[in-house]
Amino acid sequence: MALSGVEIFKLLPKTNCKKCGHPTCLAFAMKLAQRQASLDACPDVSEEAKRKLGEASAPPFRPITMGAGNSVVNMGEETVLFRHEKKFVNPCALAVEVKDTDSEESIKAAVDALRDSELERVGQKLRIDAIFIKEVSGDPAKFSQTVLSISAQAPDMPLIISTTNPAAAEAALEKIPGTRPVLYGANESNAEAMAETAKKHKVILGVYAANLDALSELTEKIKATGVEDMVIDSGARTAGDILRDNTFIRRAAIKKSVKSVGYPVISFAQRDDHMLEALVASLCIAKYSSIVVLSSIEKWKSLALFTLRQNIYTDPQVPMQVEQKIYSIGEAGADAPLMITTNFSLTFFIVSGEVENSKVPARLAVMDSEGLSVLTAWAAGKFTASKIAQFIQESGIEKEISKKELIIPGYVSILSGAIEEKLPGWKVVVGPREANALPAFLKTMN
Amino acid sequence: MALAAPKETYAGRVFEVTIGTSKTAVFGGENVLPFHKFDGDTPHKPVIAFEIQDVAPEDWPDTVKEVYGDAASDPVKWALYCQNNLNAQAIALRLISTHPDRENRSADDAAKTVKAVLDSIEVPLIILGSNNVEKDATVLVAAAEAASSRNCVIGKAQEGNYKTISAAAMAQNHKLIAMSDLDINLSKQLGILITQMGFEKERMIADPMCSALGYGLEYTYSVMERIRLAALTQNDVIMQPPMLADIGMYVWKVKETQASEADLPKWGSLKERGIAWEAVTAGAMLLAGAELLIMRHPDAVRSVQKFIEEF
Ligand code: SF4
Repeated sequence: MALSGVEIFKLLPKTNCKKCGHPTCLAFAMKLAQRQASLDACPDVSEEAKRKLGEASAPPFRPITMGAGNSVVNMGEETVLFRHEKKFVNPCALAVEVKDTDSEESIKAAVDALRDSELERVGQKLRIDAIFIKEVSGDPAKFSQTVLSISAQAPDMPLIISTTNPAAAEAALEKIPGTRPVLYGANESNAEAMAETAKKHKVILGVYAANLDALSELTEKIKATGVEDMVIDSGARTAGDILRDNTFIRRAAIKKSVKSVGYPVISFAQRDDHMLEALVASLCIAKYSSIVVLSSIEKWKSLALFTLRQNIYTDPQVPMQVEQKIYSIGEAGADAPLMITTNFSLTFFIVSGEVENSKVPARLAVMDSEGLSVLTAWAAGKFTASKIAQFIQESGIEKEISKKELIIPGYVSILSGAIEEKLPGWKVVVGPREANALPAFLKTMN
Repeated sequence: MALAAPKETYAGRVFEVTIGTSKTAVFGGENVLPFHKFDGDTPHKPVIAFEIQDVAPEDWPDTVKEVYGDAASDPVKWALYCQNNLNAQAIALRLISTHPDRENRSADDAAKTVKAVLDSIEVPLIILGSNNVEKDATVLVAAAEAASSRNCVIGKAQEGNYKTISAAAMAQNHKLIAMSDLDINLSKQLGILITQMGFEKERMIADPMCSALGYGLEYTYSVMERIRLAALTQNDVIMQPPMLADIGMYVWKVKETQASEADLPKWGSLKERGIAWEAVTAGAMLLAGAELLIMRHPDAVRSVQKFIEEF
């Protein structure tokens, strides 16, 4: 938790020497509390004060970057529990598990599927973010060979190297220098050796303990050896345990400034039932995991999880608007009906959904009305006959359609005459008031 | 250092609601955020109702239609199929054919369907209008009468028709769904209006309006979280009714549940994609605070039930 101005003041020299450019130590402390000044400006501050202030101003969750290529994954930095308070910062990474005992072909197939997993949704490129390579063989040579071969096949893909055997970790990490993977598998019995390996190769250390208490103790012990970058696993595997531990971790770090759990969380969602796996992964995305490990990446599952992640990690402060333009829904030819509505994103989602549902190809003109719904926009003078006419004229849509006919929402039927006046040669048709009547309406238009 | 579990306790509690008569379903009653049993009481698991319609589901995608097949040709058969073959905890009957732009069936017709379904099933019934504000005001009044003394859920009462619908639900002793347009203040305002008519807040179910994964889900998610937080932290009694997420009708019309794999190979199998879309939407709504879900695909329902069992 950040310190208050008075708390900071207590740590300053209290000489009011003004060297920091502020009239008093207290004034300087207030600026520090608001993060409008830097402690460096005071030449006389003690080492102890520096340490305390440094710790207090560190973010509750340590920022950590996994991978080194073009597709790194940023983790940590979260500051809230609920997305309506403030945008969640770093979207949960999706990782797929492969084992060093899998056949070469099946590993190749997994890597191919992974490359093929990339798709675009609302302007964002989405793909599986990392590969979790698990050592099952007990053979460091085999494990390091698998790691090397995957790294060669997917050079840009961040890796999570999973083993509890420091010798296997050492063997694998030697093969992939400079890639900044996560080495997952430090626990109570191997912590020292794993921490040494992590330090030597400058990788992120994945720390496992059987419960939160043990985890908190273990991360402190590891930190004392000089390892700063960790991702943590409290051993939670069922949905209930994941929710509990992730909630406690988020609360402890944010509300109680507990540093020993202020690290990104890695969760495991693998289930034989892939639909259930998708649900558990959804929980991890919504409730505070930074990495979720999946057993496989069927396209339908990735699409659903990518979409959920996009939804959860959007900025709640940004007004709910879509871009002003004329959207084609289906294969809209020159004779497809043209409708107009406002750019309130929910209006857009609902209307475009219903149009899609009707299976009638159509054009939907979405007019900037500052994110207001049809009735509100009309009442506020943002969805008026002249504005609609101007938008339609400037859009140049006239040249693309065979029939100059514009369908307006039933709620603003009152505008139809005025629009026709301002748009010579056009006919205005009054559509239904509610979007759910659109399919029936559009079918009658055909 | 051992970690002191940072538990939270709250002043408020969600009302516990029981629906049905012979077989009942109970939801709500918790004094913590969804599934946060580590903080306090979560006496009941969320309840999932299977959605059926008063006409054959011509407008549903094939992947859902084919699960019901011939059973969906008649509402009574359909309800029995859900109850007996799918172990439905509750049935939600949508009187969609009463919509003026559809078959425009009369309130009397709707009442007959309601009666026939109720005469044949034991599990609780949720009775939904066609979401036409004017028509619902007559249809749901007739339906509430036909369902008299069966402790059903009637909905949805909205700003434009809550007076008649709440009066009917009150007179016939039903529970009532109050639906508002995705805004915490509108939800509260409608709750106040309905309780001012003398309707008990303990008999209400709030529907802050659902949305599908990828189509505004985050708005519903955050409105629900905020309503639940207001109920718990501010002990705001108007915010304390359990919440409904009417999932199926939003999910099964978006492109992701309709487009074939041949058209969009990047999206993978249509069958699983549709089920996942409904299941993941439901999962998110549960995490945000919904206690009563209305869903369509039995496989999605089963997965969500397994998910609930994991808490
Ligand atoms: S430079 Fe340091 S000691 Fe001097 S007034 Fe500023 S804060 Fe106080």
